[in-house]
Amino acid sequence: MAQISNMMLLLPEIILLGFACLILVVDTFSTDPDHRITYVLSQLALVITISLVFYLHTGATALAFGDVFISDPMSSALKAMIALYGLVLFLYSFEYLTKQGWVKGEYFVLGLFAILGTMVLVSAYSMITVYLGLELLSLSLYAMVAMNRDSASASEAAMKYFVLGALASGMLLYGISILYGITGTFQLNELNQQILQHSEQTGLLVFAMVFIIVGIAFKLGAVPFHMWVPDVYQGAPTAVTMFVGSIPKIAAFAMAMRLLVNGLEPLMTNWQTILIILAVLSMGIGNITAIAQSNIKRLLAYSTIAHIGFLLLGIIAGSQQGYAASMFYVITYALMSMGAFGVVILLSRKDFESDLLEDLKGLSDRNPWFAFIMLILMFSLAGVPPFVGFWAKWFVLKELVASGFIWVAAAAVFFAIIGAFYYLRIIKLMYFDKADETPALEATAQMQVVLSLNGIALLIIGLSPGLLMALCLSSLL
Amino acid sequence: MLENYFPILVFLSIGTAIGVVLIGLGLVLGRLLGHARPDSEKQSPYECGFEAFEDARMKFDVRYYLVAILFIIFDLEIAFLFPWAVVLDEIGMAGFWAMMIFLGVLVVGFIYEWRKGALEWE
Repeated sequence: MAQISNMMLLLPEIILLGFACLILVVDTFSTDPDHRITYVLSQLALVITISLVFYLHTGATALAFGDVFISDPMSSALKAMIALYGLVLFLYSFEYLTKQGWVKGEYFVLGLFAILGTMVLVSAYSMITVYLGLELLSLSLYAMVAMNRDSASASEAAMKYFVLGALASGMLLYGISILYGITGTFQLNELNQQILQHSEQTGLLVFAMVFIIVGIAFKLGAVPFHMWVPDVYQGAPTAVTMFVGSIPKIAAFAMAMRLLVNGLEPLMTNWQTILIILAVLSMGIGNITAIAQSNIKRLLAYSTIAHIGFLLLGIIAGSQQGYAASMFYVITYALMSMGAFGVVILLSRKDFESDLLEDLKGLSDRNPWFAFIMLILMFSLAGVPPFVGFWAKWFVLKELVASGFIWVAAAAVFFAIIGAFYYLRIIKLMYFDKADETPALEATAQMQVVLSLNGIALLIIGLSPGLLMALCLSSLL
Repeated sequence: MLENYFPILVFLSIGTAIGVVLIGLGLVLGRLLGHARPDSEKQSPYECGFEAFEDARMKFDVRYYLVAILFIIFDLEIAFLFPWAVVLDEIGMAGFWAMMIFLGVLVVGFIYEWRKGALEWE
């Protein structure tokens, strides 16, 4: 008789799956063109998921489902963050879709499935579970990018994303299969021990590891696997771009932690070298190419690439504090990214995406408050104190120097200074240029409130970064 | 060694016999009971929905694609059901409910495609 132990640990995922299926059916029966009931139910599903994550959080590490699923402090913390960001994302998205007049119930269902995929990925303790979570996330995202079927650019973006994503998944699977061939296990903890025992096969192990890193780097969008990022960010509807730019980054961080740190830790010196190259290239190419962009979504895409470089630095540091710094970075980066796309959505109107830099001209005259929120977001992305982006960079660099990678830290600072240029240019456009036209802002009250909170949160966390950092540290120790 | 394959020979023989009998019966009964009024449409070779002889690189209705995808989903479901049914007495209630959950998720998909009209040709 087969036994399935510790099912309780999976309760948030199970409930979320149940809700996603229920909402899919309910949506087909609703005649409301705004799909309001789908939206409300989706938010309810996320609220229940967050409560369950908190309810089940014990601070202990436990395995479930034949040891392929892990519940540890890091997974609880990241799941709570993911579901919380999901709430905000759905709110912004609903605003955008209503404005553009093509609310689709599938958007929320696919969004829930993508969130479910990230939660599985965050809790994965076997290479197969990693792959399962990753595919659930990726397949939902491909469909979401293509959701606006009448848009040629969205279809093009979806096609590129799908083809390159499938290639990356193939690379990852290839790496996993070689690792399985050498060690005979999919379990990450057993993998760790097996690698130590098979030290005579380091050459083959490193070969497998390279393929796994290619998979991770693609999902993160690190140079030289970044080619999909600008096209997908620009081509996809802004709501989907915001989705792609926030929650999956947290998932990719978790994936890197699980595979490289939990699974391949004995090969640390090998993957550190590869990640250094990826990180320095990402920061360089991301920051320099972003300067030439005139489309704000494309600009934020290159900015993402640069930030991913910074995120990798914490993992390169190879210490618990370094991983915690990376976790802090990805959590705060997702918040900044959501806010920045939130402002783009706020300024958009029907059939007008407001995604060019010149659309931001004179925002301080049109709406001083949201110009100020955008100012917080841009300063934070650039890493200006006292905003949270500064602390994220500071923690990462501190741990990097502590681990002895001083020249990498110096390169990171150099590129961060170059990057400050295009963030400051946006602020200049908002405050010192005159607007060509001044249409009134079309935004619901809740959108304005949540976006304001989003911006202010960056200031508040920036003023007391110790709390979130303590959470990240306690998740990893 | 070869006797191990004997059941397969029996299986093939019975399969062939049933085929021959059924088709033979159909042909004989058709000859006896039916009318013979051939015309050019009836005489032409049949290929589901397409003209028999034309350029292979033709446009065809995207709805074929939808039907094919829906078919594959439920085809795979059957592929999962077979091994499950064979070992059902060994995997116990956990195995039974695991498959029920799987089927439940598929039913949700089925309701969705039905309600969305994916099963309507026109």
